Amino acid sequence: MAAPFDLKDDSVVVIIGSGAGGGTLGNELAQKGIDVVILEAGARHEYEDFTNNEWDSFGQLAWVDKRTTSGDWRVAKDFPNLPAWIVKSVGGSTTHWAGASLRFQDHEFKALTHYGKVKGASLLDWPITLAELEPYYAKAEDKMGVTRTNGIAGLPGNNNFKVLKAGADKLGYKECHTGNMAINSAERDDRMSCQQTGFCFQGCKWGAKWSTLYTEIPKGEKTGKLEVRPNSMAQKIEHDKSGKVTGVLYTDKEGKQQLQKARIVAVAGNSIESPRLLLNSESTMFPNGLANSSGQVGRNYMRHTTGSVYGIFEKPVHMYRGTTMAGIIRDEARHDPSRGFVGGYEMETLSLGLPFMAAFLDPGGWGRSFTSALDQYVNMAGLWIVGEDMPQEDNRITLHKGEKDKYGLPIANVNFSDHKNDIAMRDHAYEQGKALYEAVGATRVFPTPPYPSTHNLGTNRMSEKAKDGVVNKHGQSHDIKNLFVSDGSQFTTGGAENPTLTIVSLAIRQADYIAKEMAAKTI
Amino acid sequence: MVTIFNRNAAAPDTPEPIEKQGLSRRDLLKGGTISLGAILVISGSSIIHPEFAWGLETSNLKPETMATLIQLARDIYPHDHIPDRFYAIAVKPYDAKAGEDPKTKKMIEDGIADLDKRAGKGGYIGLGWEDDRLAILRKVEDTPFFQTVRGGLVTGLYNQEEIWPLFGYEGESYSKGGYIARGFGDIEWL
Repeated sequence: MAAPFDLKDDSVVVIIGSGAGGGTLGNELAQKGIDVVILEAGARHEYEDFTNNEWDSFGQLAWVDKRTTSGDWRVAKDFPNLPAWIVKSVGGSTTHWAGASLRFQDHEFKALTHYGKVKGASLLDWPITLAELEPYYAKAEDKMGVTRTNGIAGLPGNNNFKVLKAGADKLGYKECHTGNMAINSAERDDRMSCQQTGFCFQGCKWGAKWSTLYTEIPKGEKTGKLEVRPNSMAQKIEHDKSGKVTGVLYTDKEGKQQLQKARIVAVAGNSIESPRLLLNSESTMFPNGLANSSGQVGRNYMRHTTGSVYGIFEKPVHMYRGTTMAGIIRDEARHDPSRGFVGGYEMETLSLGLPFMAAFLDPGGWGRSFTSALDQYVNMAGLWIVGEDMPQEDNRITLHKGEKDKYGLPIANVNFSDHKNDIAMRDHAYEQGKALYEAVGATRVFPTPPYPSTHNLGTNRMSEKAKDGVVNKHGQSHDIKNLFVSDGSQFTTGGAENPTLTIVSLAIRQADYIAKEMAAKTI
Repeated sequence: MVTIFNRNAAAPDTPEPIEKQGLSRRDLLKGGTISLGAILVISGSSIIHPEFAWGLETSNLKPETMATLIQLARDIYPHDHIPDRFYAIAVKPYDAKAGEDPKTKKMIEDGIADLDKRAGKGGYIGLGWEDDRLAILRKVEDTPFFQTVRGGLVTGLYNQEEIWPLFGYEGESYSKGGYIARGFGDIEWL
């Protein structure tokens, strides 16, 4: 039957979330002729609705439902109810992301093997290898139009990049360029090219940056096989006596509770909401939540080792002009324990507008040390550190004991503390960032603390053995055959790279697997 | 409802007797108005900036409380090239909030009274050097009062579009076609 689908139609695949994982999986399945319903908690804002205003856009797109935080990370103090800066809108965080599309390195899929046992870390090898994922990376890069792949030219460098590049040259870094970006450097896939507008984080008003909102989703809808239901907040996944999932209880746009029947359920609500949903779906049969016989649901929360470095120069930079992530240095992404830590990190340009710079440069800071920095806003260049953080069992999403959302379900608490390795890596990166900008003449440099997490990973991790994780190498839960996880929460470890390309590649691969298993009637 | 308004002169409306406002010992008298640091003038329920022709009326907070709040805002986020009116706009919502919520009103009035008490004779606003005021602020920086005012300023001050050009931030660019032809890569000093 054609979309829209009946609530009682139990032949559909129900996907929760429409971002990089859910939106891609939905389209891939629809292209194969499989009926899909995507439940999206947020509203549908098309790209012409986006706004070039940081706080207004935050109000439009950000996931601001209350969460709590704990642990020693500074976010818990500065933004106690905003652990993550992610999106609640059709397209999910692909509306907000910067567009950096990097493949994981071979060794990052085998972190335990290459790094060895690290005290306090719950490292594990992925159950898949780079070689297995490479064909899917290639498909994802083509789908997303990633620059410097498929013959697509790189983007031109903006001022912020030029400062980064000059510093990289001075420090002797070899691999510095304008990135592998899912932002059109020329018209492609019926989308126009980048106009260097800035405001990538606020949603690209040109549609030049890939987002499921205006690529995967409309393509899937065109097949008649995909229905996206906005303003539909999943509350609980239901199952039958045999333990197979049978549908998803959700609240619709009118606030009414509905039950959408399903043949298969795929969870793609990002690494806080996905484990929360599984935990909130507890039942007599699954008292610890769905897919949680290992006790691993919600654990090993990773957020990348991040931080920023801003430098002030004697003359103007205007870093906010042009793409937000305008260039990258990859030299430090290697695994080289001689630096005092395992794993590596990327350095990528970043800029914030004045309002967000005031909020994030030194949260809680005040006085002339703070304001004299902002006074030099025009003369500022900035970079962001993205490094592999250590998975730790107790860095985890749990259900809050007392606080509930407006539907009466426990909200999520995000507990995170840095591992010693994370701190050593961040300190190294701060030093390199400082040296880089000083080499170009910076008169003042700021090591800026991590923002609320944008890369939320690992809370339903893939594992070879059922006791070590939540899903297998296809994102299929170890416990329940027709329950899948399709977002970054599947990541066994985080790698040094921005996660979206890997999420999309895994979703394409998962769609192949689901289609095959459906045809074989094993699910 | 309080409004920020432009006015051409600091012509005082019939002010309440100064004694009644409890301000007389603290500030310089100027023909029925009170000058604060010779910049802001309180007149009745208004705070007026005579030189730059703007004023602000209060209806729930004491006008002198609002005047001190403006100074406090500047001391927390001092930008010497940013005129007072932007700080006034940033703290103005506390007057409306004070009308809706007695707890807010008490927190603000008590917080300002505490600053004045710590400052001694002449009050907080009477301390001529920023360093002397900062010495007080460092003692109260962990209080809910200070943190509320500071936190509110992050958006209240820096999210005023009119202030952005003063920092060289150009804001919205989509309607101008982005920066592709407007200097996204125009750096020359490298």
